[in-house]
Amino acid sequence: MVEERMNTDKMWITMGPQHPFSHGLWTLRVHADGEIITDAEPEIGYLHRGWEKECENRTYAKIIPMADRLCYSASMTWSHVFCKVAEEALDIEVPERAQYLRVIADEICRIQSHLMWLAAVGTDLGNLTVFLWALREREFFLDLNIRLCGQRLTTNYPRIGGVRNDMPYYFERDCMRCVERFETVGLPEIMKLATDSSPFVGRMQGIKYLTAKDVANWGVTGPAMRGCGVDYDVRRDDPYDAYGEIDFEVPVLNKNNPKGGDAYDRFLVRLEEMYQSCEIIRQAFQKLQSIPKEAPSRVKVPRCIPAGTHMAKIEDPRGESIMYLVSDGTEKPWRLKVRSPIFVNVSSSKHMVDGVRIADVPAIMAMIDMCLGETDR
Amino acid sequence: MTEEMIQAPSYEDVNKLISEKFGEKVVFRTSTKKNVKAINEKRRIFLSTDRDTILELCTYIHDVLNFEQATSVCAVDYIDRVQIVYHLTNYFTGIVIEITVDLPADDLHIPSVALIWEGANWHERETYELFGVIFDGHPKLERLLTPQSYEFFPFRKSYKLRGSE
Amino acid sequence: MGLSILDWIVFKNPMANEYYPFGDMYNLPYEIGYKLSEIILGFVAWFLNLFVHDNLWSQWLVSDVVMNVLAIILLVVVIFGVGFIVNLTMIWEERKILGRLMDRRGTQIGPLGYFQCLGDGLKTFMKENIAPKAIDKKIYWWGLALVIGTSVLLACMVPLSGRWFIADYKVGLLILFGMFALAPFLILCAGWAQNNKFSLIGGMRAAELMISYEVPMLIILATSCLLAGAYGINDLVQFQNDHLWFVIPEIIGFFTFFVCAIAESERVPFDLSEAEAELVEGWQTEYAGMKWGLIMLADYFRGYVACAFIVLLFLGGWAMPFAGTDTWYAEIWFLFKVCAVFAAFVWARGAFPRVRTDQIINIGWRVLMPLSILNLVVVVAIKLMGWM
Repeated sequence: MVEERMNTDKMWITMGPQHPFSHGLWTLRVHADGEIITDAEPEIGYLHRGWEKECENRTYAKIIPMADRLCYSASMTWSHVFCKVAEEALDIEVPERAQYLRVIADEICRIQSHLMWLAAVGTDLGNLTVFLWALREREFFLDLNIRLCGQRLTTNYPRIGGVRNDMPYYFERDCMRCVERFETVGLPEIMKLATDSSPFVGRMQGIKYLTAKDVANWGVTGPAMRGCGVDYDVRRDDPYDAYGEIDFEVPVLNKNNPKGGDAYDRFLVRLEEMYQSCEIIRQAFQKLQSIPKEAPSRVKVPRCIPAGTHMAKIEDPRGESIMYLVSDGTEKPWRLKVRSPIFVNVSSSKHMVDGVRIADVPAIMAMIDMCLGETDR
Repeated sequence: MTEEMIQAPSYEDVNKLISEKFGEKVVFRTSTKKNVKAINEKRRIFLSTDRDTILELCTYIHDVLNFEQATSVCAVDYIDRVQIVYHLTNYFTGIVIEITVDLPADDLHIPSVALIWEGANWHERETYELFGVIFDGHPKLERLLTPQSYEFFPFRKSYKLRGSE
Repeated sequence: MGLSILDWIVFKNPMANEYYPFGDMYNLPYEIGYKLSEIILGFVAWFLNLFVHDNLWSQWLVSDVVMNVLAIILLVVVIFGVGFIVNLTMIWEERKILGRLMDRRGTQIGPLGYFQCLGDGLKTFMKENIAPKAIDKKIYWWGLALVIGTSVLLACMVPLSGRWFIADYKVGLLILFGMFALAPFLILCAGWAQNNKFSLIGGMRAAELMISYEVPMLIILATSCLLAGAYGINDLVQFQNDHLWFVIPEIIGFFTFFVCAIAESERVPFDLSEAEAELVEGWQTEYAGMKWGLIMLADYFRGYVACAFIVLLFLGGWAMPFAGTDTWYAEIWFLFKVCAVFAAFVWARGAFPRVRTDQIINIGWRVLMPLSILNLVVVVAIKLMGWM
């Protein structure tokens, strides 16, 4: 004990809860030997609102807007996963038109969420230009959200048994215009400052290799996992809605590399995912043309859900989000468990920052894309 | 480890191997849902077991059947009992195993799987602080989301929300 | 002396003053100060003279001693005032250019957004002035005062032309550089005194920077002096005017020095000691309110000095091609060059992310150090061949 106190070389540094790198209220306590981190301890819970308990007190329809608020930039997927689990409980299939609309909405959400992440990477690495350019591109997709749902962020679009409304007139034209502009002009322009700039790449390259085995064991999901060589995407391997009919690639790097992937690989996976999302939107619109416009985009569902246990999982922009629902036959759930991808990812931050420099902590944690609303629930 | 690891066991393999290995200690449940894609395409397996078997079962599922990820661990309070639910995923086939374990309400102890899957660590901590389920052998069973000073378990049904009947 | 005020304010030749401090060199800000002091003192003396004719006080007020003392005080005020305005202009310039780079408008208050800095200064001034309890009081305050003080002094010591200087040193460059290199040491002390881990690391990083960047910088400085054969700023500029701007023979040194100057003034690609993503505000973390505002101001003063160094060493100082060093717009031309170099600084800030500590030391020792020595070799060759 005395030796521990006398050892003045090392110090505990509390990074957070009000720290520029944390992007929300959480704390990473790091044990640093000079600038090298020897140990770390993440602490969360500053935003715990008892979300799951609150849901037990609300009817199913009322939970959809609450699910939007789990994460401000992935609201579409969160309300989607809730609708999904309720549909599974009711044992109904969503109309085909609604399936494609959900896919399109999800992918718009994924792109804008990834752009928010790219902006955050820019500030974390100290380049504000990337931040503002990414937010500028994101604005186009938020405008699409406004056209589709009337809201920028908390969209409240999916419904149990479909979607709230069919797409507005000229939405396809606007969306494709926006997507094509993004693919050809928007993202390549930002990449001139990011992937084409050796100082930017140098901040991430070679930083903390994580092996596929470790990453899978820690429960890390999403792009962070795929950058380290685990080839798994819920959209492809466990398809939901119309994803089964769409042909797209899941970007995976270092698949057979025993060394695993570094922060830059995790960065690249997210970029590639944005291009793939554009591709998915394009295909979904093509498929949507064969479905008549008069087809329903929503089916009517009963207010009460029959008793039972149900589980649905979808691919959130940040990873794998799961809701586990226990219904008791009434109009309110008995229990609703939310499996948030960031909750698990952040628990492994302890291993992720082990042995790196303090300056690398923002670069590593940026690849997780923190969102505290869904972490603390 | 005596048995060889199977990297991507099929739905039938998993069912067969588990029932061969554990016999009556593990109960298979079947879903009656007709329209759910994942169940129709055989990517969901529902098991029930008891707390004496869970650690052995989980070790087997991890080591032999190669379910690399503990997707979630959660508890459900049924008032007379508490049910612990595990979701385990195989990354090669996309199969999800759901295991339920019933605990009597007056004795909430269950072996921890945090040493098998590091990812289950925080799920178990969370379940502990919200339901009071004690995971034996967990490396650090402390409160995570709620303040250390809490002496109650807010997600139990006995903890009433304002406005609920 | 008569009753008319024009008897008292005659606008004497300042260089005819018995105590003229600059010998036979003409000094423009001194003349401005001298004229101002003549107006002030002459008016007071004339006013007193109205009541008591031919009194000794009036005579004393317009004597050479008093005039000279007030003129020197006003000289300093004028030089600082110009430096301050240049500084505000550079802050405005940075924000406007950065705004354009980032696809936004930049500052908006006042004409072309020029008054935003004043507004920000006022806001910072209104903030609560907090000093933590567990600090080392002496070093906390002295470190701060010295960082700001040396930066401002440095900015005042930079001559704008052959007639705009605060003192004419024969070894001007060395003194300027010595003052410039003082800050990292003070930052280290200030970072330690705050009793905060972030500021401690920030201070340590400032020291790291100092080690890795000042050596190549000093080598290039000495190379330029070798080429010109003098340490005086005037001589350097005159030599460049007579022969060739040093940016051409010392092109390697120019780029090396440019990188070092960004690092030395702790601007974005190299602002490790205040890296906000990992160290909150680095060594400035515990300096609240106007203390922080003054530090930011001092930062820009140092940025100005770094740009001025580049202009003096490589871009011919205030020398105008085909017009020489004695033009009537020499100061404006010099400041224009400084602002142009500063625009390049801002460009670097807009384009690059912050580098890491190990990268910065790598660049410093493995790239910039050999380049500066290569530059020295080139210059020695030029000298030996007698080309310049």
